[in-house]
Amino acid sequence: MSTAAPEVARAHHMFSRDVMQSFYRLLAVALICVVLAVFSDVFLTMNNILNVLRQTALLFLMASGLTLVILTAGLDLSIGANVALSACLAASVIKITGSPLLGVATGIGCGAMIGLANGILVTALRIPSFIATYGMMWMLTGVTYYYMAGETIHGFPAGFRHLGSGYLLGVPMPVYVMVLFLLIGGLFAQRTVWGQQIYAIGANPVAARLSGVPVERRLVLVYAMSGAMAGLASLIILARINSAQGDIGEDLTLPAVAAVLVGGTSLFGGSGTVTGTLIGALILTLVLNGMNLLQINSSWQPLVTGVIVLLAVWIDTRTRRIGE
Amino acid sequence: MSTREFSLSSLPIARVPGVAIVLVVLCAVFGTTSPGFATPANIANILTQSTILLMLALPMTVIIMTEGLDLSIGAVLTFSSIVLAVTVISTGSPTLAFLAALAVGLCFGFGNGVLVAVFDIPPFITTLGTLGIAQGLSLLVTDGQSVVGIPPSIEHIYSGTVAGIPLPIIIAALAYLVTHALLYHTRFGTYVFALGGNREALRLAGISVRGMLIRVYVFGGLMAGFAALLMTARLNSAHPTAGIGMEFDAIAAVAVGGTSFERGNGWLFGTLLGVIAVGVLRNGLNLLAVPSSTQVACIGALVIVALFIDGLRSER
Repeated sequence: MSTAAPEVARAHHMFSRDVMQSFYRLLAVALICVVLAVFSDVFLTMNNILNVLRQTALLFLMASGLTLVILTAGLDLSIGANVALSACLAASVIKITGSPLLGVATGIGCGAMIGLANGILVTALRIPSFIATYGMMWMLTGVTYYYMAGETIHGFPAGFRHLGSGYLLGVPMPVYVMVLFLLIGGLFAQRTVWGQQIYAIGANPVAARLSGVPVERRLVLVYAMSGAMAGLASLIILARINSAQGDIGEDLTLPAVAAVLVGGTSLFGGSGTVTGTLIGALILTLVLNGMNLLQINSSWQPLVTGVIVLLAVWIDTRTRRIGE
Repeated sequence: MSTREFSLSSLPIARVPGVAIVLVVLCAVFGTTSPGFATPANIANILTQSTILLMLALPMTVIIMTEGLDLSIGAVLTFSSIVLAVTVISTGSPTLAFLAALAVGLCFGFGNGVLVAVFDIPPFITTLGTLGIAQGLSLLVTDGQSVVGIPPSIEHIYSGTVAGIPLPIIIAALAYLVTHALLYHTRFGTYVFALGGNREALRLAGISVRGMLIRVYVFGGLMAGFAALLMTARLNSAHPTAGIGMEFDAIAAVAVGGTSFERGNGWLFGTLLGVIAVGVLRNGLNLLAVPSSTQVACIGALVIVALFIDGLRSER
């Protein structure tokens, strides 16, 4: 109990720093919006704003699960490939059974199982997370391409498609899913014992273990949640584009990693928030959307995302060094 | 944090059976399932095709020994190959083109090294970022198209022979010998072992850890530039997706070869065997007409088995 006091003090300090960082990030969002509004006539149209929100929702869903992984000082590079396999399996199930509900269960279940496998590789086999999930990424891609054999599955029931392309009160459905998981994710991370244990593991795994945190079980949970969120995201994509192909999630991993890091979650674990990740997802979407609006060749996108990742981590390491 | 006992139980000798058994099992399986496997022509084919992978796996071993990683090496290989192709087509000079490819490798290697050593950005995220950059540049320069029209002087480097031995095998053997000499017979090599095992000791001995790390990543970039010559010659063209995923094969070969990801224990000869094991696996699956995407999954399974063995060893 005697260690509780400095822990609380640190938490308060981090809270105020988090608020300041959120402020800077919102300032960045405002700045990007002003620049895009000036240089593009299309940016401020209702159509484009709803489009940005829809894309932010998708990126956030993938990045929110990833945030939990990165909070434990881990990384999940398999989420893009996870989206592809989950989407293709869900698509098959919907086509074969005609039941969107079974499809949703398949997508989330497949995602969670992949996450579970990652968790086992990281904890039981003690493989560094970035290597285990990077290997998983290539294996999933292989399995997906083999399963699909170049085919496309398309045409799903209208009720299912509503999940991705529908509106409620003029707002796209994915945005509601995003808000729901923002609340769940925020409450889970900040207000539950398990959530706090995840922060503790990231800040100092040895101390967490000595304080009685079941480190292995929490880590497996975190990877499974990241996988399940990728499975959920795959369903939103499926419902939106109304077709499934082997290469569906290929370009999603790096932007999701970038969104988490830009959102202020430290790659070294223990600090960051799910709300921050939402702002990060918004910034990433605005940048990529802006490049589309300004008709910049889409080949620039991986390059720009790569630079954003490096900048975000550099700022993170600098902040930590000043903090020490 | 590794104790004396740990490093003793993971001496190179203790690893010989692991890689060797994998290789023997693979050869036995493919030798019995596909009649075309155990022919002299096919074996020469496996060795020739493994040369590009070896050129990447050698520096990858050194980098992983420093507890680092280079995910960008496949993308840098691709971009170097494109620059080489574009330069040789526009200037007509193979030498200039080769130097340009080396320069691209040098720049990316140096960039990786500076980001890791000076900016303190973890290697896997540094090289994930530079992977995106190299891939983006490849797409931008080529607009997604193949670069064709390579002169025969380049192609000859892959298809030519000296005294009956294919030229790529001679180049790869030289690269192996140079890396071996660097690692085991120079101060650079000694420091590389120390970088992974005991970085603090290196610092206290007055060695510039930053300078050493930068040199290690520059070595990786240069070898990728060199390998670009072989790849362009082999494909007789350059393509913006040609080398994507090569880093996975390279990391797999290093892992199968018994180099540890966490304690800086590397074994170069193991990497050579690992490269051949990956080459045998790919070749055997090709003969069985298994699609390339499924081959990747098989290599992944091979890595997990290898890392599992590595994990068992570290627990002893």
